[in-house]
Amino acid sequence: MNLSTLLFILLSVVAVGSAIMMLLSKKPVNSILWLIVVFFSISGHYVLLNAQFLAVVNIIVYAGAIMVLFLFVVMLMNLNAETEPAKNYRLHLIGIISGGSLLLVLLSAVMTTNLQQPVMLKIGDAGLINKLGKTLFENYVLPFEISSVLFLSAMIGAVIIGKRD
Amino acid sequence: MFLTIDLALIIEKLVLIIVVVMASLVIAMYTTFAERKVAAILQDRRGPNRAGPFGILQPLADGLKLFFKEEIIPAFSSKALFVLGPGLAMLTAIMTSAVIPWGDKVHFFGRDISLQIADINIGILYIFGVVSLGVYGIMIGAWASNNKFSLIGGLRAASQIISYELAMGISLIALLMVTGTLSLKEMVEQQQHGYWNIVKQPLGFLIFIICAFAECNRTPFDLPEAENELIGGYHTEYSSMKLGFYLFSEYINMFISSAVMATLFFGGYDVPFFNEAAHADWGNWLALIGIVALMAKVIFFIFLFMWVRWTIPRFRYDQLMHLGWRILIPLALFNMLATGGAILFFNK
Repeated sequence: MNLSTLLFILLSVVAVGSAIMMLLSKKPVNSILWLIVVFFSISGHYVLLNAQFLAVVNIIVYAGAIMVLFLFVVMLMNLNAETEPAKNYRLHLIGIISGGSLLLVLLSAVMTTNLQQPVMLKIGDAGLINKLGKTLFENYVLPFEISSVLFLSAMIGAVIIGKRD
Repeated sequence: MFLTIDLALIIEKLVLIIVVVMASLVIAMYTTFAERKVAAILQDRRGPNRAGPFGILQPLADGLKLFFKEEIIPAFSSKALFVLGPGLAMLTAIMTSAVIPWGDKVHFFGRDISLQIADINIGILYIFGVVSLGVYGIMIGAWASNNKFSLIGGLRAASQIISYELAMGISLIALLMVTGTLSLKEMVEQQQHGYWNIVKQPLGFLIFIICAFAECNRTPFDLPEAENELIGGYHTEYSSMKLGFYLFSEYINMFISSAVMATLFFGGYDVPFFNEAAHADWGNWLALIGIVALMAKVIFFIFLFMWVRWTIPRFRYDQLMHLGWRILIPLALFNMLATGGAILFFNK
């Protein structure tokens, strides 16, 4: 048992534990904070897999931007456990169906992986930034550019929607 | 259970972390003192001079005062988050220090010890990530206070930090294009051999320093704690050492962002007009000279922070947003474009 394995176990426990806490929290603000902890532990996993770029971008984008926005909305609307509307039966059913189908997809992905070949920790340079950049701009230029156009149109769309009122 | 862990490395890094954090705290402590002295000099006063010779024990007295004050937690606040807020503010302030190269290698006990806690090859992105987390401490504390003025202060802080992060990121991208590396250590080594990055990126530095002022909530960008509009801003409800943590994290932020600016644009631990490679036989003394050089640059930037604070009045909120979105971001984009053009033109 080496340090990487120990860290892996620790991070996994933190990730799963805080994901459960996120679901169980009554207050929306607490849920968001637990979700941030989940993102951090997932970033830790990325670092263990030597994908440092992915790890830090995960933190910048999710923990640093999207979650701040979530927190912003929850704080401004002053959402609390008391103000939460009662969920109806139909919403429960839809939630169960969509969650169940996601579980099926994940399960099938787990079943088809080759368990004989464990995850290689701390080796491989596929996640390092220069390798990633070369791959993106040599093999996947077109998809990359198309997705950036998509981002641009989303940004313009946000500006237009914001200007309407 | 058998653990294969390089103990010496862990001890080495642990000692380095403790030293860096303690140094950050002590320097931040004396920055509060320096702030009052600089303010006094600029306003033609004497400043604190009662505690100890020239008042140098003043920060200790301030700290003791904060510790012995009565601690009040508002009745209708969420207590866990109320306590978490100042802690997070402190944590995110200190975290950046992990990737700053404080000096060259030193040689102790037969080991080459790098004076950088983590030389990761994404150093700048790490700084950017931690800066984007800085908003949590303020927002959580402000919201948990259950006070309108605190909340307004917190929201101001959040929107200010988000707005200036963008321009800061874009100015850093232009710097990356020039240096071609994300590692701060490599950047310093490049600047030791060539020119400092300020020569190559003057506009980028100007944008970066303005954004650094905004990210540290320093005047002229201290809208989150504008006392004539918001009582005390996001920390209105805080008392005792929790208030101290918020005030203190501002000074640590100042110290760390000064160190980042010195490293990125002013050669880090490089001594100007001095060829380090020619004096490699000086050993640890060379590293010490480097640390002193870095600290001198950091102290200059801290002084600049104070100088500006006691010279320029606070912006209005719409002016702040106008400066961030309408001036700095287009300017940063232009800088990025011009840098790209220059690289294309000179390295055909």
